[in-house]
Amino acid sequence: MTRTELVREGARGGRASRSRRLSPALLLISPSIILMLLLFAWPMVAGILQAFQSPDGLGLDHIERMVGDGQFGPAVRNTLLLIVVLLPVQFVLAIVMALLLHQRPKGQGLYFYLWAVPIAVSDLAAGLVWLAIFTDNGYLNSALSTIGVGPVSWLSYTNPTSQFTAILVAELWRATSLVMVIVVSGLQGIPKDYDEAANVFGATYWTRLRHVWLPLLKPSLQVALILRTILAFQTFAVAQALTGQDFPLLVGETYRFYTALQNPNVASALALVVMFVSMAAAFLYLRVLRDGTKGAAR
Amino acid sequence: MADISIRNLVKTYPGNTEPATKNISLHVEDGEFMVLLGPSGCGKTTLLRMIAGLELPDAGAISIGGRDMTYLPPNRRNLSMVFQSYAVFPHRRVRQNIGFGLMTRKMPKDEIARKVAWAAELLQLTPYLDRYPAQLSGGQRQRVAVARAIVVDADVLLMDEPLSNLDALLRLNFRAELKKIVEHIGTTTVYVTHDQVEALSLGDRVAVMEAGKIAQLGHPMEVYDRPADTFVGGFIGSPPMNFLDGQVADGRIIFGEGASIPAPAAVPPGPIRIGIRAEAISIAAHRPDLVPAVVDVVEPLGAATLLTVKVADQSLKVQIPPSQRVSSGETVFLHFAPDSVRLYDPQTGLGLLASV
Amino acid sequence: MSTLAPSRTEQSDDVPVDLRPLRRLKRNRLLLQLACVAVSLFMVVPFYLIAVAAFSSPAAMNEFPLRFLPTAFSVETMSTFLSSTGVGAGLINSLIVAVGTLALSLVVGAPAGYAIARYVFKGRDQYQLFLLFTRALPIVVLSVPLAELFLNVGMYDTPLAVVLLHTALTLPTTILVTASVFLAVPVDVEEAARIFGCGPLGAFGRVVLPLALPGISAASIFTFVLSWNEVLGATILTLNQRTLPATVLSSLSDSPLTFRFAGGFFLIVPALIFIAVMRKYLINMWGTTIR
Repeated sequence: MTRTELVREGARGGRASRSRRLSPALLLISPSIILMLLLFAWPMVAGILQAFQSPDGLGLDHIERMVGDGQFGPAVRNTLLLIVVLLPVQFVLAIVMALLLHQRPKGQGLYFYLWAVPIAVSDLAAGLVWLAIFTDNGYLNSALSTIGVGPVSWLSYTNPTSQFTAILVAELWRATSLVMVIVVSGLQGIPKDYDEAANVFGATYWTRLRHVWLPLLKPSLQVALILRTILAFQTFAVAQALTGQDFPLLVGETYRFYTALQNPNVASALALVVMFVSMAAAFLYLRVLRDGTKGAAR
Repeated sequence: MADISIRNLVKTYPGNTEPATKNISLHVEDGEFMVLLGPSGCGKTTLLRMIAGLELPDAGAISIGGRDMTYLPPNRRNLSMVFQSYAVFPHRRVRQNIGFGLMTRKMPKDEIARKVAWAAELLQLTPYLDRYPAQLSGGQRQRVAVARAIVVDADVLLMDEPLSNLDALLRLNFRAELKKIVEHIGTTTVYVTHDQVEALSLGDRVAVMEAGKIAQLGHPMEVYDRPADTFVGGFIGSPPMNFLDGQVADGRIIFGEGASIPAPAAVPPGPIRIGIRAEAISIAAHRPDLVPAVVDVVEPLGAATLLTVKVADQSLKVQIPPSQRVSSGETVFLHFAPDSVRLYDPQTGLGLLASV
Repeated sequence: MSTLAPSRTEQSDDVPVDLRPLRRLKRNRLLLQLACVAVSLFMVVPFYLIAVAAFSSPAAMNEFPLRFLPTAFSVETMSTFLSSTGVGAGLINSLIVAVGTLALSLVVGAPAGYAIARYVFKGRDQYQLFLLFTRALPIVVLSVPLAELFLNVGMYDTPLAVVLLHTALTLPTTILVTASVFLAVPVDVEEAARIFGCGPLGAFGRVVLPLALPGISAASIFTFVLSWNEVLGATILTLNQRTLPATVLSSLSDSPLTFRFAGGFFLIVPALIFIAVMRKYLINMWGTTIR
């Protein structure tokens, strides 16, 4: 008796047969649980031990080394700055893109494809793509030279603002698609009756956006925000490809301590910081954005 | 409040070859309750959506209160509407749902509160004002949708099958309530339904639609009593109107061997189709001028008994008082009330003047 | 014999049709198209430029200003990149890792997805919550302690180590996607197969699997691309057995620009194919898995 305990019968079945029903499901999910625990819980513990290791047992040596490093402050600052500036711009752009598609322009299938492609581009590749544009002899300066401007050293460490902007644009290009796809799927889940009702009752496009679309998109936006924040904390290869070590980010520092400085303990400490901060951010979002309208979930 | 004037509306949905509405013209008087009735796909919802501005016509014109509205976006038409799905916003409380149309019209807050309270009282929603729609029953959500529609001072109130999602008992109760409310506020109303009982009970006038055209427009009893064609007669009424094919000869309409009724004087000889309602037929003891029929099925319905009988191989429904006892297989004799016999052209199905 | 015309009330007022809203509508449609084209340019131009860069001769890439049209077409840059040390091996490693990840996450994930879709078991909600939680964790940052552990068990610098990390990364998604795929296969067809004499495995293999296959392949392609794109963990867990992105990343500082452009283009190609194949599933996948 394996496949007979299908959901429907499970709902019908009594309490007596529940213990037998449990076993095949457990059998099917246990490999995944074991694997996830091995690859997640075990290194998590090992990482904490690694970070707090010291010559005499446990201590804060590596943490002090991490915080004392000249790049740590800038890395924290840059990572936060990137998130604070990137995410709002990215969400506005993604919502605009999704709303454009929702108006059913001619060729919307093609547009959706073109706008979704970067979803599958890695941040390393995105960095290299924009390197071809922003590098000193790149396409941007080539284009500017035809109108007699430049060349500008966009990626030089002497020009932190344009460095930051280049990374911002590359991330905007690469990762907005993800938010857009989530918002599009959210929009598709909203019955068009709501928009029509609001329209008939005299709501302009902006009123509809503010009072109908955005509130109904809240669950999708919340998911996208959590996902994007966690992913944004992991940004590093874009910066690596565009600016090398000139624009330190937290995960980039993990990479540098592990590979260049051969110091896995400090690297572990940095990794824990990233992990802690992203979890805290996700938790914060859930608290702040939690649906105050419990009944509103349909 | 305003009248609605619809002139020669044509609409074909992209990808369809058959137009959804074929050159429809209709005038709805100020304060009138107009019902658009028809089977699904007859174009009634398309017509309503064009009045709302949710669809744009390919040709023709719509004006409301003397202002052309043909291509105006919905939000500039000063309308209100009750949707089939209710479309009550799930993220807004009942209070904010009812007040939505007032908010978009930029009404002062205290006035919104006053009008919402009035509408809530009228629809018995006062205890639920601070709930979310998910915490309401289907019938209550329907009330919210109606409250939201009547609270605005709209020129026209549109209703798209508003009762079709309610269960039978609730529908019966709410139908009467709805009629009272709409009479009370007196707004020009266009009401779409596929339910002929709703159409007859609610409408000042009923427009029966078929395949993108208005087959008949008239007062409910007129549409019921004198269907303009066999489609209308067959669509309206439960059971629908009976149709019997016969031949006119020697001043009689002959259905078969020994089965005939007197023909009105003006009817020329030849094939003809008569229409008669089940309740206009009675059964009696044998008399030579009555139509003999064999009882096929007997269905007691409580208030009446419904018979399915055969007259010369043609089937028809007869409604008799429950006191009359008949059993299947029995031969009975039918009396067709002469005032209720309608005549139709068997080819086109259109009504013949002689019967009016 | 005259017929009854449907009685219509003819209206008297002949208000002229106001065509301004229609013109406004047409103008808005045009603006909509323009906005779509503008966004498309932002999305497409970088792809175009990297392709031009990757297929221009190295000499042309040293000119300034650069040519915007592929007039200096040459495969030299690409072939130099592909024949550089580490690139060939990196490509093979990337494929091994991606296919290995795909296989492992399917073998482990699909049964779990089936269990979620078909069984009511104690702790099912907690299990799904656990999956969402692990999915939200930046698992790659665990690479550093993992590297230490793999070093101890002699698995460091092997494709298997990277496969394991990437599986941890993709497994929650695989499970949730396959669950939604199996959920979409009606229980009835499975029961019908059983009634008509299939064993449990036969019913699964002959009825459920064929119906679920498109969705499962969608999930597989997603897994493949996720693994193909992952660079931090792959760099940290390997030294010589690098995957392609890891090779490119570690040689960033000491490679010519043309090498980097060619690498960038080469890394993107699977993305283009992925989205082309997945366009239909994209919305469903994000719609169903993330919520």
